[in-house]
Amino acid sequence: MTLRHTDTLATKQTAPVDQRDRAWWLDFTAKTVVFFGGISAIIFIVSIFLFIATQGLDFAVHRLNWADFFTSPIWRPTSSPPQYGALALICGTASISLLAMLIAVPFSLGAAIYIGEFASGKKREWLKILIELLAAIPSVVWGVIGLHVIGPALVNIFHIDIGLCLLNAGIILGLMAAPIMTTIAEDALRAVPDTYREAAEALGATRWQVVWRVVLPHARPGLSAAVLLGIGRAFGETIAVLMASGHAIVMPTSVFDSVRALTATVAAELGETAQGDDHYQALFVLGVLLFGITFVINLTADRIIRGSRRQAT
Amino acid sequence: MWRAALAEKTQPAGTNLAIEAIDQNLWYGSFQALHEVNLAVERGIVTAMIGPSGCGKSTFLRSCNRINERLGYVRTTGTIHVLGFDVYSKDASAIQVRRQIGMVFQRPNPLPLSIRDNVLFASRLHRERRVTRADEAVMVESALREVLLWDRVKDRLDQKATLLSLEEQQKLCIARLLPTKPTLLLMDEPCSALDPEATSAIEDLIWSLRGNYTILIVTHNMAQARRASDECVFMLLGRVIEHARTDVMFVTPARQETADYIEGRFG
Repeated sequence: MTLRHTDTLATKQTAPVDQRDRAWWLDFTAKTVVFFGGISAIIFIVSIFLFIATQGLDFAVHRLNWADFFTSPIWRPTSSPPQYGALALICGTASISLLAMLIAVPFSLGAAIYIGEFASGKKREWLKILIELLAAIPSVVWGVIGLHVIGPALVNIFHIDIGLCLLNAGIILGLMAAPIMTTIAEDALRAVPDTYREAAEALGATRWQVVWRVVLPHARPGLSAAVLLGIGRAFGETIAVLMASGHAIVMPTSVFDSVRALTATVAAELGETAQGDDHYQALFVLGVLLFGITFVINLTADRIIRGSRRQAT
Repeated sequence: MWRAALAEKTQPAGTNLAIEAIDQNLWYGSFQALHEVNLAVERGIVTAMIGPSGCGKSTFLRSCNRINERLGYVRTTGTIHVLGFDVYSKDASAIQVRRQIGMVFQRPNPLPLSIRDNVLFASRLHRERRVTRADEAVMVESALREVLLWDRVKDRLDQKATLLSLEEQQKLCIARLLPTKPTLLLMDEPCSALDPEATSAIEDLIWSLRGNYTILIVTHNMAQARRASDECVFMLLGRVIEHARTDVMFVTPARQETADYIEGRFG
């Protein structure tokens, strides 16, 4: 055995080190493909932003009255002269999102705490699957639920004239945002090292005391990020809001007012405009506004998550 | 002979025993980790548990405060009396059991809170009357003094405990047990994550706590068991093989397995 070993060593040719064999080519191809996959996200986001921005640029710079845009609640792009006051739309989107969060935050944090800290085994797995399924329901289905289930229910319960209102949209959007928030919040809870729970339990803490005094404070950054991403989701949602909110340009004064969201306005009106006219361009300004808001929200969420990771290590 | 000695110890019962396990069996799923463990641990002394990895010593320790039950798949039969209470009786609550017993883990595991909040954590969990800040300050100082940490941390009690050195963290983990005045401390290889110097500091600390506390300590380190314990329990494959005074066991072990393990023939 040893003899043959030395034998081969002596006779063996040195393997070439400059050959581009199959493995090399495969590696090269894979690297290239993955590289373009990776930077495509950057390319897309930059080009989308440029597209939206340039479409509305001429109007935004030369003819739009910015003071009116942010302070006037009157959005009448087709009357003459047209009026482009986005305040009611901004308030509509903001109020729907706020209400949605009031509904979604307790739901999703409760669900995340139950799944992450109390449920075990099969029950936990099933709940996670169901919640992910809930996140996969198309938004138009939610819109139909708002239109035909929650709308009539609100009319019956509160004896109001129209069920399509801020409250309806808030409920729908809250339910839509809750699953994704639950998933992210549960990840944040699971990232809390189990040794902390063990330590607290060994000191005689009940499960709830462990959650309240140890797990939640430690997971707070991740939980805030979950809430922020939920808000981002609520800001960006279109079709369900369009169907459930009533789509009336009103400064909301109660939860039973019909309201109109920025997104829904773009969706409903863009088809009626002539490409390139002022109305068309005004809608793109709304688009830039939305883009900016969701961008800031997501960026903040990301910063919070990264910050907490750095702190943890 | 060792059985007889144990039986003698078990007979008077009650007051003199901190832990008394009777026919304790434990399964992780289908794996039986403890077989008919009968063990009596006297109050006020340091008892070391030794044995090769997987022999059940940690499992037994973790049964005493039922922290084992955090794993969902643990099943036990038999009973353990801790400080006279049957911790496995139907009426016993694991939470209340744990409040009587302090536990130190293998890796120092201070909570991600300030040093002060770590020391006060247990006492804040179940206080019935209002406690003033002054009371708390006294509690913190005396607990930290007892583990010889006070002088090193008194100026930075609000600092996060996870920033301390491992030795300081482990001392803090012992200090945080003291305000609720447990009489029994369970230690699961408390020095295995520490360097030799820190190990000797913790050992000194354990020895200084002896008398006021009953200490049951699991260790892999034979020399440590020899140095820092009054009695020694040798376990093998989920069974108690020998339980004797440390000086006796290390000089004249009664059982062949004990002798083999102590002399390093396996383990």
